[in-house]
Amino acid sequence: MKAQYRWLPWVFLAPALAIALIFHIGPFLNTLVLSFTDATTLGGGTFTGVENYAALLSDPQFWTSVRNTLLYAVVVVPLLMLLPLLLAVLVEKNLPGIGFFRSVFYSPVVASMVVVGLIWTWLLSSDGAVNRVLQALRIVQEPLPFLTDTSLLLFSCMLVTVWKGLGYYMVIYLAALGNVPQHLHEAAQVDGAGGARRFWSITLPGVRSTMFLVGLLGAIASMKVFAEIFVISSGTAGPGGQARTLVYTIREVGLGLSGEIGYASAMSLALFVLTIGFSILYLRSQRMEQTR
Amino acid sequence: MSAVATRTPSSRTTPSRPDRPRRRSRASIRRKAVNYSVRYLLLAFVFVLLAGPFIWQFGTSLKGPAESIFTANPFPVAPTADNYVAVAETIPVFRYIGNSLIVATSSAVLNCIFASLAGYVLARIRFRGRTLVDILFLATIIIPFEVIMVSVFLTSRSLGLVDSLMGVILPAAATGLSILIMRTAFSSLPKEIEEAAMIDGASDWQRFLRVALPSVKGSLMVVAIFAFVFAWDDFLWPLVILKDPSNYTLTVGIQYLSGTFTSNQRVVAAGTMIAVLPLLLLFFALQRWFFRGVGEGGIKG
Repeated sequence: MKAQYRWLPWVFLAPALAIALIFHIGPFLNTLVLSFTDATTLGGGTFTGVENYAALLSDPQFWTSVRNTLLYAVVVVPLLMLLPLLLAVLVEKNLPGIGFFRSVFYSPVVASMVVVGLIWTWLLSSDGAVNRVLQALRIVQEPLPFLTDTSLLLFSCMLVTVWKGLGYYMVIYLAALGNVPQHLHEAAQVDGAGGARRFWSITLPGVRSTMFLVGLLGAIASMKVFAEIFVISSGTAGPGGQARTLVYTIREVGLGLSGEIGYASAMSLALFVLTIGFSILYLRSQRMEQTR
Repeated sequence: MSAVATRTPSSRTTPSRPDRPRRRSRASIRRKAVNYSVRYLLLAFVFVLLAGPFIWQFGTSLKGPAESIFTANPFPVAPTADNYVAVAETIPVFRYIGNSLIVATSSAVLNCIFASLAGYVLARIRFRGRTLVDILFLATIIIPFEVIMVSVFLTSRSLGLVDSLMGVILPAAATGLSILIMRTAFSSLPKEIEEAAMIDGASDWQRFLRVALPSVKGSLMVVAIFAFVFAWDDFLWPLVILKDPSNYTLTVGIQYLSGTFTSNQRVVAAGTMIAVLPLLLLFFALQRWFFRGVGEGGIKG
């Protein structure tokens, strides 16, 4: 009986392990190695030391990508931490028909970013619905160039990311809200605390750790933004490619016409460091929470 | 993790009203009515914000060339399927639907098989090297696919997978998340039943297939749905690995349609509806599994 346990686990594990090694671990190690070479899609690849990394430091395209990606996180993360929580509070109570609303609010999560991006491209175009509403309300005179101005384009993409993410984080918050003791709310109500006061003093502290988690998930997702930018700018990343994000640039450099695999690998590792950085920040904050 | 999962949003019960409503004053009834109206108003507002774009797009896809697509009325006076026909005439949309179905179904089936095999071993059997395997699978979760995408392309190319649906499917055929979900599911089963089966002379394979697997159907469903939806929606990897437009999946094909062929918003709208309606139907039919999946996968995201 014991003897067969030497090979049986490996038989069961074989397919999953093969995929993990061939398509994840292997390529990761390969990325590490390639980042120190001048490899291209055509081949080659001599060891060039830290040349790629040095080149990154003086590459304006790289810095534009990093800046946009970080800006993305700075705007999107707070919105994704707060808005879905408000939404969860709104649909938490068991009103007639509330299940229907929950489902509808989740439906953008199910749709592909390509679909969502194309829908919003239309809504945000110069004669699209958003500009029409803004003009009807006399907020703007001329239609805003949501899709052709670099900053506005980036802002539009952020809006789409938040819009599509709301439902997902709402469901995460709903689970957390269920763990906030109901009797605290009742006690506060007896003491005459209003809705806003109870949200601030009971709900917020109750979902604190979930908020941190949502913040981390949102930050990691922001680092990986690609489809929004690609679809909404029709593959151009805006005028002069100025609305590019890191993943957009990695794809363009590594898999585009020039196929600078080595250089793209160095950029990929920069992306990895950013992503891991957020996870470490998160773990730090969690540890501080616990020692408080 | 599963504590989160058991709390599906719709399972919350209304706190039964304590028995003091006898002295409810008229003022408190009025306050309650106002409270409810405000809530439903807010719900309606968010509904417009989140469902409105889909509804608008659906309406646009049914409007003929004679109808304005700029008016506030999203619904067509005389609905027409012409735009859907135009999509089929511009791109090989049935082929794309077929490709997406193949990719998404294969991904769902393979994830279920591979992840339950691996998850079972990791949950039930102690063996030399288990910690290493754990770390490897954890690493696949931590390393974002975007980071290794360029190298995965090189690997796929040397395996001859470029421009094939197999190349789209394989890298996500056993995700770390699927394995984690199945592992957690098997761990939470009581060991006693399997031990009883073992005493009755069942082989390891029988114990896995006949005893353990039927008890984790719910988690299998979650794995299948998430793999299916992810594969159906994914854009970046198919865009990288598929070169020939006749091999595209639906998401890449729809982007291709709007980017290359047409600026006719009615046709683009029809294209997006073809890509999203099947998924929305799937979602509304199986929603509790979707919500449960967020609970089990949310920890990882």
